[in-house]
Amino acid sequence: MKRLMIPLLLASASAGAEQMRHSMHHGYFYGVRVDALEYRHGDSGEELGYWSADAWWGTDELKARWLSEAEYSFDHDSWETLDNRLALQTPISDFIDLRGGLRFDTPDGENRQYAFVGLTGLLPYWLEMDSNVYLSEHGDVSVDLALEYELLLTNRLHLTPELELDAALSDDEAVGVGRGLSSLEAGLRLSYDLVDRAIAPYVGVHYERAFGRTADYVAEKGEEREGWFAVAGLRLMF
Amino acid sequence: MQRYFKGLAGVLLASLCAGTWAGEYSLTVDPVTIDTGDFRKQGIGYNGASPGPILRFREGEDVTIHVTNNLDEPTSVHWHGLILPFQMDGVPGLSYPGIAPGETFTYRFAIKQSGTYWFHSHSGFQEPDGAYGAIIIEPQGREPFRYDRDYVVQLTDKHPHSGDRIMRNLKSSADYYNRQQQTVGDFWRDSRERGLAATLKDRLMWGDMRMMSSDIEDVQGFTGLINGKGPEQNWSGLFQPGERVRLRLINSSAMTYFDVRLPGLKMTVVQADGNNVQPVTVDELRIGVAETYDVIVQPKEDRAYTLFAESMGRSGFARGTLAPREGMQGEIPELRPAPLLTMADMGMAHAGMEHGEMAGMDHGSMNHGDMAGMDHGSMNHGQAAAMPADPFYAQGSGLIPQAYNDGRFLSYADLRAQKPLYEERAPTREIELRLTGNMERYIWSINGIKESDAEPIRLQYGERVRFKFVNETMMTHPMHLHGMWSILDVGAGQWNPVKHVISVAPGTTVYMETEVDAPGKWAFHCHLSYHAAAGMFRTVIVEGGPQGGDS
Ligand SMILES: [Cu+2]
Repeated sequence: MKRLMIPLLLASASAGAEQMRHSMHHGYFYGVRVDALEYRHGDSGEELGYWSADAWWGTDELKARWLSEAEYSFDHDSWETLDNRLALQTPISDFIDLRGGLRFDTPDGENRQYAFVGLTGLLPYWLEMDSNVYLSEHGDVSVDLALEYELLLTNRLHLTPELELDAALSDDEAVGVGRGLSSLEAGLRLSYDLVDRAIAPYVGVHYERAFGRTADYVAEKGEEREGWFAVAGLRLMF
Repeated sequence: MQRYFKGLAGVLLASLCAGTWAGEYSLTVDPVTIDTGDFRKQGIGYNGASPGPILRFREGEDVTIHVTNNLDEPTSVHWHGLILPFQMDGVPGLSYPGIAPGETFTYRFAIKQSGTYWFHSHSGFQEPDGAYGAIIIEPQGREPFRYDRDYVVQLTDKHPHSGDRIMRNLKSSADYYNRQQQTVGDFWRDSRERGLAATLKDRLMWGDMRMMSSDIEDVQGFTGLINGKGPEQNWSGLFQPGERVRLRLINSSAMTYFDVRLPGLKMTVVQADGNNVQPVTVDELRIGVAETYDVIVQPKEDRAYTLFAESMGRSGFARGTLAPREGMQGEIPELRPAPLLTMADMGMAHAGMEHGEMAGMDHGSMNHGDMAGMDHGSMNHGQAAAMPADPFYAQGSGLIPQAYNDGRFLSYADLRAQKPLYEERAPTREIELRLTGNMERYIWSINGIKESDAEPIRLQYGERVRFKFVNETMMTHPMHLHGMWSILDVGAGQWNPVKHVISVAPGTTVYMETEVDAPGKWAFHCHLSYHAAAGMFRTVIVEGGPQGGDS
């Protein structure tokens, strides 16, 4: 077999190899997920708009995230809650991430800024978990815990129960949070994956209840301590 | 197109001057529209089409291939399975910088082998996006089998999403494309069949591990293609009844293993990954991603035979037809039920594995001694139940293939080289490669380390290295070493088959040996596109040997 003469025009190729690796991909990814974009109709007739969204960019090791959650009252034309967080997130085990950053609460009413740190990820038995500790600019400490489970009725029709608990170590009357277990939210949503997993409309029910001091603050404002809502909305992912 | 004809003319010219074969070929890398019959999408092809042209070389030929990049991004062409100098291997960052937009790169190498191979881009996700074609190399000598007709059957899994988008979706949510997850309905059905307690226990066991028994195919929702044609477009090959038809099966999928059959016909496997094997006749075979199998079928009736390639996870299929006349078609079989992984596929020795069926199983001691002692030749494949376990699947695995007609399904254990390529000798050392990953995060790795954080594997020229693959993940990985042959240990000594892709099923340990006879920098990776991109990849550096690695 004849030997080939190979031009050395590639001499530089190997030099850069270590940096370039195999150039299969750059290692950075992004994602946008709107878990809820919904309309809420309360048992006493109030109407609310609600969203919960999450945009991220980064690598397997470190992600920057913008998390946003808001509740808008159509009756009062006001933001009941408007909560934006900027966070960094890194894995600490196969299934759990450590997340920390700043939270900016800017509803109509008193604003608050918090530093927060939390754990998020997948617990055994497919429970999605998100739990955080917050330190407010005034030194108040509070915690929350959210759990979610996706039950597959079919591979496109999903029933998703979720539960969120909030508690505080001290009173922060200005923002209506009292010491102890402050509030509970529970939801049950039935969704259908209409276009891939990108667009999934849903309907469901949502329940909110305030406890203890927090409930007193709610009552002082002339609002209900607990409420049921019928909800309809969209889950988006792109 | 014009360039390609020039290339063909070059071959003709070369073949006139007997003795010194030299062929000149041209490929352009082009944006193309791909029509699967189910959907149309923008993709990447060669010489204006996906799949690209079939390149026909001759053993002993000196080829010159001009590749012109008409894309607005860099590209590369890797000659899959070809033994050549590493600078010609076409892996950006290892072999060369790649081919910039508008540039032409000229490959020059000697063809030292024969058989069925393929070529594809090694840049980004261009290969899933359509950048692949077939290679047929005529041997210098006579082939040890006869056939009247010869068809390339190039299988792919064309997805409506682009490769980049698929990767992003998998990173956002690893089960994004899995639409075969177990539902509430499955729970009730299993409870009725197996009892509530057993079903609950099963679900809790998987839930405890946060893994899914349905996690067999990462990317579902594709249309299976044969030579670029979807099931509706029905690629067809013609035959005269009684003729022997050689089918060159090539799996160019990004992510999909196919179980291939032609109901009513037996397939005689004569080549695996381009190398002749002692003929073995089967009813069905599983072709891993990037593998090739050459089979001979002999349709005797004057009717259409369906070529049916079901994905291993039964989420899709490719279909074509062998027929005596144009326009005929046979019956299209239904997809069989999707398999489910078992605890055995988790490779355990797991604490929670007091599962009735799995009791007594001991993977730790599943060594090669037992295998070598197994008489594969006398395996009676008729009796599925009494059949000895396939050593290339964990005992009790959910992935053990079964032929559609309860006949014989090809196992790696059936493969024997026609002619030993290398002298048999003891390996100089063993390198253990654990195939690892985190499915939830869609991170894939080797020995727990992604390519981006890993040191290259250094081999010495002249070594014979024994690689031990231990699959610790729940997925099947087709491991591909560039530049050198992978001699799969089926316990047959010098008759072990010589391959370029070694598929490693979950829960199994597989050995291969490599004669380290090619200096330079080589890629070594899982050929599932998104696994390779997510880190199941290694650089192999062969040190020593002839200078420049151009031997
Ligand atoms: Cu893999």
